[in-house]
Amino acid sequence: MSDQLSAFVVLFTEFYYWLTVVLMFLIHVGFCMYEVGASRRKNHLNTLMKNTMLIPLVTITFFFFGWWIYFAFPNGPGILGGLVESPHAVPWSELMGAHMGAGADGWERINGVFWAAFLLFSWTAASIVSGSVIERIQSGAFWILAVAIGSVFWIIDASWGWHSAGWMVQLLGYHDAYASGVIHAIAGGFALGILAVLGPRIGKFAADGTPRNINPRNPWMVTIGLFLIYTGFWGFYVACNIPIWDIQAGDEIFYSATNIYLAPTTLSAITFNFLMSLAGGLLAGYWVSKGDAFWTYSSGLAGIIAASAGNDLYHPIQAMFIAIVGVIVMYKLHYYVERRFKIDDAVGAVAVHGYAGFFGVVVAGFMLWGYPSSPDPTYATINPFGQFVGALIMFGLLGFLPGWIIAKILNAAGILRIPRSIEIAGLDSRAQSLIDAEEQAIIDAERQNS
Amino acid sequence: MTTGSFADWAGTIADIGPVYPFVGSEGFLVIAGLVFWIAWHVSQLKKEAATMKEEDDYYQSGGS
Repeated sequence: MSDQLSAFVVLFTEFYYWLTVVLMFLIHVGFCMYEVGASRRKNHLNTLMKNTMLIPLVTITFFFFGWWIYFAFPNGPGILGGLVESPHAVPWSELMGAHMGAGADGWERINGVFWAAFLLFSWTAASIVSGSVIERIQSGAFWILAVAIGSVFWIIDASWGWHSAGWMVQLLGYHDAYASGVIHAIAGGFALGILAVLGPRIGKFAADGTPRNINPRNPWMVTIGLFLIYTGFWGFYVACNIPIWDIQAGDEIFYSATNIYLAPTTLSAITFNFLMSLAGGLLAGYWVSKGDAFWTYSSGLAGIIAASAGNDLYHPIQAMFIAIVGVIVMYKLHYYVERRFKIDDAVGAVAVHGYAGFFGVVVAGFMLWGYPSSPDPTYATINPFGQFVGALIMFGLLGFLPGWIIAKILNAAGILRIPRSIEIAGLDSRAQSLIDAEEQAIIDAERQNS
Repeated sequence: MTTGSFADWAGTIADIGPVYPFVGSEGFLVIAGLVFWIAWHVSQLKKEAATMKEEDDYYQSGGS
């Protein structure tokens, strides 16, 4: 960094991603509050620890192999070519640590913060799954599943469809600027695959199959949790951009923010659309759920997710209407799947993330039909077929299928679901009774002494 | 004596490269980290299985 302009660009970019990571941390504070608020009192602590411990496990595995996958897999491998060499992303690289930059082309400054921004997406993918399986999954089984979605499958889909040279972008014209499919549809599909094997919570369905509501235990924690997730989602959107890039072809120079495909966008564009799709989601959620607080807040999130694939390019009012339709679709589909297939999605994560994300990817194919998917003119343009195939890959091939297969293996090993007696009593109940007994013993002893 | 790969900050900074101690041990650190990760899962699964059994036995025997 010998001249001021290049130093400014690199150091600003480093600070920019660092800030997004701090903001995105709020997503996970929110997820923990939301899950605990949605669980019953007898399961609070177990629910909290199940979600919390995905953070260190996904972090270390994303260091060991997740980051490398993103840079190595854009060709498939086997679709457009082999593995891509990515010397800065292998875990033994000198650039995966504090470095002063000899011949590193800026990676010495960007690698850690860029890795962390992607890592926070990884936590999100795993955390989305976490909520849907509460109160009956074994923690150890969940953490294996969390590593699979957080450090393997979502980052494969990112390499394919959320990379400037990904094969899906090149061949299908896949466009998913703020990750409707890349994070949300895949995580929702993965959760659905697990739920199909895991089964519903005891008591969720009556003997005749009628679903019962197991309402959130603490609506205030759910409320604050979802507000925090909204806040972190700002950071997520900003982290999906590259802040300063020369986007002008040829010798002229034009600096702009870009999306992940290196196509120009602005923070203003995504701020308009983030807020208008949030607003559309909240309005639709309140209307369709008849004012149910849980679904209204969740619909704000689903509204953003439904518009996210094209929120770099939509008009804000388009984003609002896409959010409205997406929320109505995901809400209706949630209850249809619950009734028809007896799927107990405890927090509606499959609907909010999976169905809304799938919808968002498909809608972008129609809304942005013919738009360039990349500054590279040889790439396919955005089209409905490419987006539909892309949505199937995200939700089905890399989401539902691996979730179902791994859950089947864990189930066969007898470590997927907790025993019935513990589920009925509650995951915290035994430990809590021991704590109560210890406390009572102290009280009794002190009373005898006094 | 230094565990680092440079002795001072006086030279050309960009030539220093990595600044963490024991440069060259990265491969060993990765293997050690992977072993720790797998061992953590194995140990946790064993502990959880034991806890599940103990609690299940307790409830099956009439505990509440």
